Amino acid sequence: MEKRRKSTAPSSSSSSKKRDGEDNAHSHDTLHQPTSPLLCVIVFAVLIRYLVSLHPYSGAADPPKYGDYEAQRHWMEITLNLPAKDWYRNSTSNDLTYWGLDYPPLTAYQSYVHARFLEFFDPESVALVTSRGHESPLGKFLMRLTVLSSDLVIFFPAALWFVFAYYGGRSRIGREELLWHLSLVLLNPGLILIDHGHFQYNCISLGLTVAAVAAIFVEKDLVGSFLFCLALNHKQMSAYYAPAFFSYLLGKCFKHQNPILKVTKLGLVVLGTFLLIWWPYVYPLKGAMEVLRRLAPFERGIYEDYVANFWCTTSILIKWKRLYSMQFLKLLSFSMTLLSVLPSMVQQIRSPSRQGFLFAMLNSSLSFYLFSFQVHEKTILLPLLPGSLLALDEPLMFQWFMNYALFSMFPLLRRDQLLIPYVALYVLFVLLYYCPFRKQDTSGRGSVNGWKTSVMALFLLCSLLLHLIYLTLKPPEKYPFLFEAMIMLLCFSQFVFLAIYSNVKQWTLPSRFTWIEKKKVL
Amino acid sequence: MEPQIKQQEEEEEEEGEERSNPQNLLWVFTLSTTLKLLLIPSYHSTDFEVHRHWLALTSSLPLHQWYTDTTSQWTLDYPPLFAYFERLLALLAPLFDPRIAHLRHGLHYAAHAAVLFQRLSVIASDLCLLYGCHVLGKNVGPWRRADFMWALLLLSPALLLVDHVHFQYNGFLIGWLLVSLSAVEEGRDLVGGFVFAVLLCFKHLFAVAAPVYFVYFLRHYCWRKGGGGGGVIGGFGRLLKMGFVVGVVFGVAFGPFFYHGQLIWDVRLCCCCCCSSPSEADFTISQAYFICVLSIRLELVPRASLMRAVQIKAVLSRMFPFGRGLCHAYWAPNFWVFYIILDKVLAVLLTKLGFSIPASSASFTGGLVGESSSFAVLPKITPLVTFLLVLFAMSPCLIKIWREPRPRLITRWVAYAYTCGFLFGWHVHEKASLHFVIPLAIVATESLADARHYFLLSIVSCYSLFPLLFEAKEYPIKVLLLLLYSLLMWSGFTQLRKFQTSTSSVKKGDKERSRKGTGGTKEEGGGTLIGWVGMSYLLGLLVVEIWGQFLQPYLLGDRFPFLPLMLISVYCAVGIMYSWLWQLRWILKCP
Repeated sequence: MEKRRKSTAPSSSSSSKKRDGEDNAHSHDTLHQPTSPLLCVIVFAVLIRYLVSLHPYSGAADPPKYGDYEAQRHWMEITLNLPAKDWYRNSTSNDLTYWGLDYPPLTAYQSYVHARFLEFFDPESVALVTSRGHESPLGKFLMRLTVLSSDLVIFFPAALWFVFAYYGGRSRIGREELLWHLSLVLLNPGLILIDHGHFQYNCISLGLTVAAVAAIFVEKDLVGSFLFCLALNHKQMSAYYAPAFFSYLLGKCFKHQNPILKVTKLGLVVLGTFLLIWWPYVYPLKGAMEVLRRLAPFERGIYEDYVANFWCTTSILIKWKRLYSMQFLKLLSFSMTLLSVLPSMVQQIRSPSRQGFLFAMLNSSLSFYLFSFQVHEKTILLPLLPGSLLALDEPLMFQWFMNYALFSMFPLLRRDQLLIPYVALYVLFVLLYYCPFRKQDTSGRGSVNGWKTSVMALFLLCSLLLHLIYLTLKPPEKYPFLFEAMIMLLCFSQFVFLAIYSNVKQWTLPSRFTWIEKKKVL
Repeated sequence: MEPQIKQQEEEEEEEGEERSNPQNLLWVFTLSTTLKLLLIPSYHSTDFEVHRHWLALTSSLPLHQWYTDTTSQWTLDYPPLFAYFERLLALLAPLFDPRIAHLRHGLHYAAHAAVLFQRLSVIASDLCLLYGCHVLGKNVGPWRRADFMWALLLLSPALLLVDHVHFQYNGFLIGWLLVSLSAVEEGRDLVGGFVFAVLLCFKHLFAVAAPVYFVYFLRHYCWRKGGGGGGVIGGFGRLLKMGFVVGVVFGVAFGPFFYHGQLIWDVRLCCCCCCSSPSEADFTISQAYFICVLSIRLELVPRASLMRAVQIKAVLSRMFPFGRGLCHAYWAPNFWVFYIILDKVLAVLLTKLGFSIPASSASFTGGLVGESSSFAVLPKITPLVTFLLVLFAMSPCLIKIWREPRPRLITRWVAYAYTCGFLFGWHVHEKASLHFVIPLAIVATESLADARHYFLLSIVSCYSLFPLLFEAKEYPIKVLLLLLYSLLMWSGFTQLRKFQTSTSSVKKGDKERSRKGTGGTKEEGGGTLIGWVGMSYLLGLLVVEIWGQFLQPYLLGDRFPFLPLMLISVYCAVGIMYSWLWQLRWILKCP
């Protein structure tokens, strides 16, 4: 953001017309511009992350189960002190009912590495059993540092790579636009609040996903699939993107002279990666099954709390949990998810394109969020990511999405006492979005007609009011979760609109973005 | 001169409205506010408790006890307007938690609500800074870039660290200073004088610039250079007018205390403030004379039992801490650092040569705040000496103002005065560097030379504040803030340079300008903004920091615990001295 100011401050004050000409002339060497504005964005993003991390984490001083912070710390404790075989197995020292590991092995390895780091500075915080519920300022500082460093090592380079890969081929995009997009990706308030406030490591799996996208955009499909497999093995939720990756890569293979060979190569990479990561559990196969069972916690029911998805919202009318068996619900949610993902998959298999791929990622992850089994509020981060990757192509959609994504997490963040960072980052997002120091290129953007804006404004007003109501009023005793339900309803309706909009968008992409056209240009 | 002005006007038309778009100001301000909000849970110093206690003090005690109460060790030591300000804030405190403003139960109260309330009060009072930026933005000409200036002012890491981490209300106070400077720049001297008087009644430490204001008003407002405005008689009329305005401010501030008959000390406090202030106050015939008398007397005060009440002594000595030694526990990076070092070196040398030197080795490095300082070899420094030295250092600037009081230069002059006060003053606190660094941000965008100077100065002065925040948790904050600001300046100033060189080459018609432009590029020494000397000096900061943070603990262990701080002081003092000389040279060379 700053960089935009300083970069434009002089140029806007200079006779802007003259500079425009200059800019166009130089736009092709976007990548060779001075790096200080870029560094500005990066340092600012790091600063904001660190500042958010000063605030409380989920379950702070809240025994007996605490929150995600304790879960992550507990995994470090387990992975540090037990052999890999026992990580997912119930035993006297590993009580699976107390935050048992329920993410794939890569998360476990990451916990192990971080545990070594914590052990070095503060061994008490990762001691077996005795460290349960350990909370100390030093422990918090170190834990926060592990998230920050993961973010810096994985998400930041991935985002940079993506931005350069995505715009590398487009000569029309100026440096300012590129920086603007980068800052929106890096300063995604949802991601920062959950990772550095609430406490999780989404930056790793999302970062790996972004890196996979970037790799695929620079035509390194094998690297891309390797990276995506890593993401899958860090958080199984990355599977929300799997349909998009699958169909885009498949579609690309079909355009290849030798599709069979290409598919085989990709398949081998995927298999190899999985084998590598699951090595400690491959033999005997029982071990792998144990892990798998941990990863799919069906016993937790089809929905939890007040998540703005289909199941939870419709449960106001239809009591899914009471009316149907678990088996039936599993099947139902699976088929509904698949059904809703199908159109975007078909589109990508037929005519794979970069932008279409990003839309497909958005559509499939949004479908999963809306229809799949056991979704959490935080899962909205997954659809939000491709939304942010599309920010320059679809700024309005991204802003719209961000408003409700944040709002849907508002009750959760409020419970974590993250109200101040929530407000600050929300405002920061709005500021970035309306950055006055950015020369707006209005030509490429469809003008929004009046009624659309007024409807959007009306919904935004509703969300603002609900924010205030939620903060100030006490719900009636008969319905203690009335406001949560209202928030859920509003967000759900917006997400459904959004899903429809982005599906339509994906199918009506201008032909110049399709694969064949691009090849000709190249 | 004329063609330049013409051209400036042309440019102004060309670039017109964009230049000071209030929307951009609001944008930058909101951005800085989000940072401030996020800083709420960070470390706060004892100043937090100080200000909380003042809230309690002013809201629960009658006015005449404000300055005499000793419930807490943090007695009120700001002038009355600030006390009124605290009283006002105390009205809102019960909305958050009534305990905040409770005189006894509130002591050392730092619950979440209290922190939130106090932090928010600082954030809200920064609206004053916003207003200051706004009025400054209105009278930027083509010689300044409003957008960038605002960013420099509002995102200043030193201000963020001192106000929103350490806890103080400097943004609020500096806001008043900016308003005053802007009014003077616009030629509205009476308003400028009024606002400055208000500022003095908020915090007396700003009085260092009073001589500048005094001389400036004398020559620009009362008796204009080149006559006009009713001659000598009219001049006296205007002097009376200014005196009246300033007198009213002081009257409102101090009047109630007079009324309540806190005679002895109030008269004295009033004297202190009026004398050391200024200037435009016509009832002080010669301010310099008064301050001299005052400082001499203050030295006597503690010994002679002129004052009856103990707390009165405490209040006075807190407001004017002459009893607290030449340097603060952590030496502010000023001239006296060199003096002390020289003394130490001489002491060691002379001892080696066989002279017997009275041992007083730990007098400064011991880290004690109290006690007057004593030197082993060099003559003792008294407050009077520092005072005269400050005045002497300021004199070239005063003479310059006397000769030609130019509104556009007031910011530089005031900044220079504060620099002198910082370098040579008695018991200077490192936070006082804000007083000149922030005003210099205003002029930083005027030319490349200014930009270069400000780049160096702001980094050095911010770095010298690092020891204020010593906890590990705050370490990344200060480093990242400074890094961000440096990058911001770097890219901003680089753009500025590009722009200036391009305009100077485009507009060849204006010889003067193009000459300036090429001269500028030559000086830069090929590519870098500040040249290799400045660059290596700044890299030296990095070395000092790495030594203090990492190498020293490994190499020396617990020995010489004072060494890192001393290194920072000395190293930064070099930079500040350079800045002082640079400013002095600029002021002398300015046609």
